[in-house]
Amino acid sequence: MNNSRIWSIVIFAAAVLIFGLSWIIIGSQAGHNLTDAFLVTVAAFLTLSILSFLYKDNPYYKFAEHLFVGVSAAYWMSVGFWSTFVGNLLPRISPSLCTYFGVPYKGFDIFFFIPLILGVFLLMRLSSKMGWLSRWSLAFIVGTTAGLNLIRYLRSDFISQVSNTFVPLVTDWRGIGPFFSDFSLSITGQFAMSLSNWVIFVGVFCGLIYFFFSKEHKGAFGYASRMGIWVLMITFGASFGYTVMGRVSLLVGRLTFLFHDWLGLVK
Amino acid sequence: MKRQVPLMLVFTLALVMIVQYFVPNDFSLDTNEFLLKWIIIIGIFAMALGIWSLIRVSYEKIRRRVPGWQYPIATLLGLAAMIVFGFDYGRHFYTQEGLENYMFIHLFQYIIIPIQATMFSLLAFYIASAAYRAFRARSVLATVLLLAALIVMLRFNPYLGTFGVYLEKTTSWLLNVPNLAAKRAIIIGLGLGAVATALKVMLGIERAYLGRD
Repeated sequence: MNNSRIWSIVIFAAAVLIFGLSWIIIGSQAGHNLTDAFLVTVAAFLTLSILSFLYKDNPYYKFAEHLFVGVSAAYWMSVGFWSTFVGNLLPRISPSLCTYFGVPYKGFDIFFFIPLILGVFLLMRLSSKMGWLSRWSLAFIVGTTAGLNLIRYLRSDFISQVSNTFVPLVTDWRGIGPFFSDFSLSITGQFAMSLSNWVIFVGVFCGLIYFFFSKEHKGAFGYASRMGIWVLMITFGASFGYTVMGRVSLLVGRLTFLFHDWLGLVK
Repeated sequence: MKRQVPLMLVFTLALVMIVQYFVPNDFSLDTNEFLLKWIIIIGIFAMALGIWSLIRVSYEKIRRRVPGWQYPIATLLGLAAMIVFGFDYGRHFYTQEGLENYMFIHLFQYIIIPIQATMFSLLAFYIASAAYRAFRARSVLATVLLLAALIVMLRFNPYLGTFGVYLEKTTSWLLNVPNLAAKRAIIIGLGLGAVATALKVMLGIERAYLGRD
């Protein structure tokens, strides 16, 4: 038996011992039953298994990863089945099945047989001879989504964004005198508001120029493109900071679980 | 039949969805609602197909004893347990309160949530290491990126006192003004791309979804 195999067995035995003891200790505490204690111990084991990836890829991480795939696939399947199939489809096609599943019958609607048939067609993908039928179902989804997205993206991602970019570049203008007499650097002041609108207008314009690759980025076009990179860098920096903080807060959550819920070291 | 019908179906349905937007009467609104519900219902069958595929792939790995064949056993056991708990509750499962099975809820709470949250939190370490490499202010642009990130991160620091208030205002400006401008430029580009793709699909130029014969 080589060294690494011995180490694997020792680590496995230590893990079984630690988590077994943890189960017994938590289960014996007041306010806990054995099932709860087992679930908390399993959650702690899985948390540590995933964290062990920081050292290197290992069997505990792989185990947790594969378990996650199976459990989450079945979870979403169950949720989908009960909320969509039983909740939306059956109440429109079958009173007897509604009674069986205990959901209210909403009246027969022959049109709901269409998605049922298309759904069955989709399952035909498993058959080598009838597999082509699944294309009809896919075509239904793809066609409807394409038509829906064409309008939705055109409206919300193009027209609304362009329209919102055309903002007043001098806000609340009451002449040069009041502008200097009321000059303020506060965020709600006229100067700050106008400056913000300038940054938005120029930033969008330069950002778009940066992404325009049909013309060489030289001369005035190049300057605008470089300005676009500046704006993009600020955005990437801000998004990065936001993501880091989000991830750190998740890590704090997991550590709180380990030290509070599992080990009980933090009150 | 095998290729022309799907292409015609895509064109017709896309056209219906576009036209219904421009003709907002009861019939077109109902059609829109119907079609969206149908997509969700068909999606459930697609999910079943995915589960079947997962079972088959895992089973094949175990059968062929490929390296690491033991892990798919965990996948199949987790899948089986969740399906048993998710479906076994039978008639009383679908209630106003939602999915109520004790073990189903607890497996979600004590398996899915810990793994998912820990996986995402792992990224904190990798991001920190990436930040060290990327954020060494070797150019003006890298410095801008570094400063923006630092300002956004430091605003959560409770020990900064009055300085923290200024940081919070600066962060708010950074997020609402330059960040908005760049995101808007990206969104406009994405929007145009999505519209072009939708048109390509609708007109049958993009046919990847049909697969091969």
